[in-house]
Amino acid sequence: MTMQIADSVSLSSPEAKARAHAAAARNNLRTEPRAVRVTIISLAIAFLTVFVVMPLVLVFAQAFSKGIMAYITALAEPEALAAIKLTLLVAAISVTLNLVFGLVAAWAIAKFDFPGKTFLITLIDLPFSVSPVISGLVFVLLFGAQGYFGSWLRDHDIQILFAVPGIALATTFVTFPFVARALIPLMQEQGTQEEEAAISLGASGLQTFFRVTLPNIKWGVLYGVLLCNARAMGEFGAVSVVSGHVRGETNTMPLLVEILYDEYQFVAAFAIASLLAMLALITLVAKTVLERRLDGGEDRDH
Amino acid sequence: MSAIAARRRTLPGFGLTMGLTLTWLSVIILIPLGGLFLRSTELSPEQFWAILSSRRTLNALRVSFGLAFAAACVNLVMGSIIVWALVRYRFPGRRIFDAIVDVPFALPTAVAGVALTALFAEKGWLGAPLAALGIKVAFTPLGIFVAMIFIGIPFVVRTVQPVLQDLDPEIEEAAGSLGASRWQTITRVILPSLAPALLTGLALAFARAVGEYGSVIFIAGNLPNVSEIAPLLIVIRLSEFRYADATAIAVVMLVVSFVIIFAVNRLQRWAQHRVPVH
Repeated sequence: MTMQIADSVSLSSPEAKARAHAAAARNNLRTEPRAVRVTIISLAIAFLTVFVVMPLVLVFAQAFSKGIMAYITALAEPEALAAIKLTLLVAAISVTLNLVFGLVAAWAIAKFDFPGKTFLITLIDLPFSVSPVISGLVFVLLFGAQGYFGSWLRDHDIQILFAVPGIALATTFVTFPFVARALIPLMQEQGTQEEEAAISLGASGLQTFFRVTLPNIKWGVLYGVLLCNARAMGEFGAVSVVSGHVRGETNTMPLLVEILYDEYQFVAAFAIASLLAMLALITLVAKTVLERRLDGGEDRDH
Repeated sequence: MSAIAARRRTLPGFGLTMGLTLTWLSVIILIPLGGLFLRSTELSPEQFWAILSSRRTLNALRVSFGLAFAAACVNLVMGSIIVWALVRYRFPGRRIFDAIVDVPFALPTAVAGVALTALFAEKGWLGAPLAALGIKVAFTPLGIFVAMIFIGIPFVVRTVQPVLQDLDPEIEEAAGSLGASRWQTITRVILPSLAPALLTGLALAFARAVGEYGSVIFIAGNLPNVSEIAPLLIVIRLSEFRYADATAIAVVMLVVSFVIIFAVNRLQRWAQHRVPVH
């Protein structure tokens, strides 16, 4: 293409020809033969289809395999409704806690310089590299019957494990880094000039935060909350260790999926699973939209 | 130094927010994790060793670490292929495939677990044709391997993709015009530039697969010594009230995770120093 255009426009001058040749050659230098291209694209598509598309499609196919009525009946079961309610409650608690923490931590880390900052960020990131099962285990070791606070809790009749507080704690642990990690780089990039200006014009610290900082980071906050919420609602391993699996009381949606599946109630198991899969898909779409906004409308593949 | 001092004076709230951050970090993360390590010190070295060297524990660790490493290697190869296709080529549905790479991040692990199991079970969409070939995936170690590949793929893709996107095209053109074949350009010029990202992706995928629980236990079969992963053994020991066993296994896994984070941090620093400023 380049060559043809160059030929017709520049009356076939030798320099133009040379330039066109160079352009075509340059393109050739950065790509592979057609057969290689087709193979690579096919491999990528085949892999993603087997490992990602098919499991997703299967969830919905199984959920609706006995018709839409069976699907609705499964979701209207008291046990299912209790699990949905508990999941929403736990997610609300953990997201709120981690949102407040994320804002506070990002303010301290992004707006000030101090020694040990990188180390502090590594500590905040820790839960990402801890096995979910261990994230639950640590709370059993603290609050379980044989745990450090076990007998004290029993004497004061406070129930943490096998109850909502334990599930919320384990979920908060697992989702701890999301909001802070979304905000720290964003706030570092934005610097402190606007806040300094607000302060020097007489605004209080809180006014500055709510009127200057928050509007600047609102999409980042939403991004962090979105990812935090998706993980909070979907967490399985950590919650499984601390929940105690009391039917209708301490089973979140992922735990109920396991119970129903183990009881061969496949339609019911996949019906609950389909709700979680929809949550994941909505989260991904929203995440893609937010990422565009956070990049300032800039296209990622320019 | 004076600049730092000046900044601290102008913006308020450092003491308060830092104090709250450290307190909350301690309450939610550091004290619980510290409690685990404290527990493990209650064991004598002999007890600790006896737990770890028991046949069942050793096998569980071998299954978790061995299969996680194998799966991470598959992720490294397939992840590179996916990144190459997404970044360098144009094909129908490219944007959708790019977006769904994140599905294993976003899909709750229990959902992934039941879906993969149903897919690879003997009567499943893929399990049936594989069974006809004499390959049994679900309820065997191969099933664990499949689940670990699923869970690890976004780590390699999302680590390598931005680096390949930002790679300066002129380096490749220079190599090509100086007479390097395309294969030489890829192996001698592009791969070395991607090496830190590839290794980081490998390490992250490995770390995730080692600790993975939800997406693995459904498809694993969970036969002791054969297809029982270490996180499951922790859960089993806890349900038997054998806290010491659970603690010892957990400590080993945590230490390995921490070593991996440290290595990844080092890798990233290495990558930053290597890349010339342009």
